[in-house]
Amino acid sequence: MSPPGLLFATLGLAALAAPFMTLAANRIVAGEGVMAWAVTAPAVTLPGVAVVMAGLLLGLPSEWSRLRFAGSVLGLSGLLWLLMQGAPRLLEGAGDYARVSPAIGFWCLLVILMLLMADSLARMAPGPLARGALLAAVMGALALILWSGVLSQLSILQEYASRKAAFADAVLRHLALAFGSLATAAAIGFPLGILCHRQIRLRGTILPVLSFFQTIPSLAMFGLMIPMLGWVGDRVPGAQAIGIAGIGFAPAFLALVLYSLLPVVGNTVTGLASAPPAALEAARGMGMTPRQRLLRVELPLGLPVILTGLRVVLVQNVGLAVIAGLIGGGGFGTFVFQGLNQTATDLILLGALPTVALAVASAVMMDILVELARPRSGRAG
Amino acid sequence: MIEIDQITKTYNGVSVVDAVTMTVETGTITVIVGTSGSGKTTLLRMINRLEEPSSGEVRINGESTRATKPHLLRRRIGYAIQGHGLFPHHTVARNIGAVPKLLNWPKDRIRTRVDELLALFSMDPEQFRDRFPAELSGGQQQRVGVARALASRPDLLLMDEPFGALDPIIRARAQDDLRRIQKALGSTIMLVTHDMEEAIRLGDRVAVMDSGRLVQHGTPAEIIAHPATTFVADMVGDVERPLRLLSLVPLSEVVEDGAATGDGLPADASLRDALSSCLWTGRTAVPVERDGAVIGRVTLDAIRARAELRA
Repeated sequence: MSPPGLLFATLGLAALAAPFMTLAANRIVAGEGVMAWAVTAPAVTLPGVAVVMAGLLLGLPSEWSRLRFAGSVLGLSGLLWLLMQGAPRLLEGAGDYARVSPAIGFWCLLVILMLLMADSLARMAPGPLARGALLAAVMGALALILWSGVLSQLSILQEYASRKAAFADAVLRHLALAFGSLATAAAIGFPLGILCHRQIRLRGTILPVLSFFQTIPSLAMFGLMIPMLGWVGDRVPGAQAIGIAGIGFAPAFLALVLYSLLPVVGNTVTGLASAPPAALEAARGMGMTPRQRLLRVELPLGLPVILTGLRVVLVQNVGLAVIAGLIGGGGFGTFVFQGLNQTATDLILLGALPTVALAVASAVMMDILVELARPRSGRAG
Repeated sequence: MIEIDQITKTYNGVSVVDAVTMTVETGTITVIVGTSGSGKTTLLRMINRLEEPSSGEVRINGESTRATKPHLLRRRIGYAIQGHGLFPHHTVARNIGAVPKLLNWPKDRIRTRVDELLALFSMDPEQFRDRFPAELSGGQQQRVGVARALASRPDLLLMDEPFGALDPIIRARAQDDLRRIQKALGSTIMLVTHDMEEAIRLGDRVAVMDSGRLVQHGTPAEIIAHPATTFVADMVGDVERPLRLLSLVPLSEVVEDGAATGDGLPADASLRDALSSCLWTGRTAVPVERDGAVIGRVTLDAIRARAELRA
C-alpha cells in the first residue's frame, strides 16, 4: 500500500462528494453546484464516476508504478468524460446567457490525479528523453482536446472564443516577456558571473546589489519602473520611438530582467566554483590559460548549476509576467486583471491556467536540459 | 640539467624560501624533504612559475625559465599533485592526453601515446581508456595522474606529495612503479615529500629543507651517515639510521661464496631485508639468488661489518 496513494484516494473520494460543475445564469453571477453523478443522465455519469474511482484505487499499490500511472490517466479521462457529457446537458434550456464551469470538486480531483501521476512517475524515474516525450504527449493530448471542441461549451472556452485574437497576442507577448527577459538576463549575467568568479572583491559588491533588487516586491518594482522609464521616454530623444515609456512592454521587461540577474549571476558563480580545487591546480600546472581553464574545466563542471539558475528564472518570470498586465505590458495578466475588474472568474482562469501550464512545461523542459548537461563522470555508466 | 640559482620567495617581508641554490642532473630523481612550512612546496612551484620568485633564477638546460611565458613553460614541465587532480568529466584517455592536446599534437599521435603510457603503468588500455576517474581505485587514479604529467615527454617532472593520499601498501607499489618508469624513460624528476622514508627509497639525491633554507643536499647515504644539522638528524631519526643505511645496500654488494639454508632472497633485495629475514628465522646467513639460481650467501657478520662502515 502506497501512503501517498492512500492519501490521494481518500482526498479524491471526498472531492467526489463536492460539487463537480456549476451552472450560472450569466458569466458574472455565482452559479449553483451540481454533483458529479447529476450532471447528466445516470446511465452516462455513473460509469464516469466509477472510472474516476477506479483510477484513484489503482493508485493504491505501492509496488506497481506503471499501474498507478495508468490509474491517473484513467481517472483523468473519467473527469474529461464527465465534463464533456455534462456541459451540453446542463446548458439545455438554461437560457442564452447561461454558463457552465468546472467546480471545486473537479479542480480538486484534477490536482489529486496529477499529483498521483507525478508521484508514480517519480518512482519510475524516466530518463530525460522519456520525460521529454511524455511532456510532448501531455501537451499534444491537451491541444487535441481543446481543438476537437468537445469542451467548447465550458465558460472559460466561451471567454476564449470571444477573444481569439487578443489571446494569440497575449501568448506571444507572454513568451516574449518570459523568454526575452531570460535571454537578456543570461547575456548580461553570464559575463558578470564569470567576472565575479574571477574577482572576489567585485563579487562582494555586485551580489548584494542584485540581491537587493530581488527583495523589492514585484508590484512595487513595476510601480517604480513607471516614473523612471516615463522620465527616460520623455527626455531621451528617440526613446519613445523604440517603445520606451512609463507603461507597456519596456518597464515590465526591465523589471523582469532585474529580478533575473541574481539567480543567473549567483548560480554562475556557484557553478564555476564547483570544480574540484585539485583539478584546477592541475589545469594551471599543466599550462592551461585562464580562458582554457574556464572553457574546459570550470564551465562543463558548472553547467548543471548554471542551467538550474536559468530554470529558476524562467519559472519565476513566467509567473511574474502576469503582473506585467497591470502596467499594460500585455501577456496573460491582461485577462487576469480584466477578469478581476469584471468579477468574471472564468476570464481570470483564461489568464491563469495557460500561465500555470507554461510554467510547468518550462520547468520540465529545463530539468531535462539540466540533466543532459550533467557531465558524465562514470558510475552510472 | 636544472640549475636553481639563489632563488628566494618573500611574503610580506618573511622569507618562505631563502636563497636556495642547487643543481639537478638530467635523468635523476631529487627528493625535497622537509616538515610542513619548510618552503619545499613553494620551491617546487617556483620552478614552473606557479609562484613567481622574488629574486633568483631557475635555468632548465641553460635556459632561464623567465624567457618563456608561464603557461608555455608549464606545458614543457610535468606536474603531478597529491589527490591526483584528474578532471572528473573527462575519460582516462582525455585526462592523459590533456597536455599533448594543449600542444596541438595530432589525434592519432595522442591516442598512441595514451595507450603506451597506460601499458607502462600496467593498466590495460582496452579496459581503462574510456573509464572516468570516479570508476578507478585510488591507486589507479594516482597512476593516471602521473601518466598525465608524463604524457608530453616533459624535460622535467615536478611531483608534490604525489603519494600522500595512498595507503601504505599501494604507496610502496606506486613508489616502485615510479622508480621503474623513471629508469625506463630516463626522466628528470623533482619530488616533494615530508616522509624521509620515501625520500631515501626514491631519491638519487635528497635535499632537506628547514625554515626556507636548504640545509643539506646529497645522496641518501650521505644524509643518513653524516647529517649536517640536528634537524636533519631528527628527520632521519637516530634509532632508524643503521636500518635506513642498510636499506640502501643491495645484497649483490656483499654477497660471498658459501652455502646457507632456508629460503633465499633476490640479489637486488637490501641488506635490511636480509637482516630482517635472519632475525625472524633464527639463521646466521641467507642464500642469495639471481634469476632463481643461488649465487652465494650473505651472513649476519657481513651485514654488521657493512653497517659499521657507515657510508
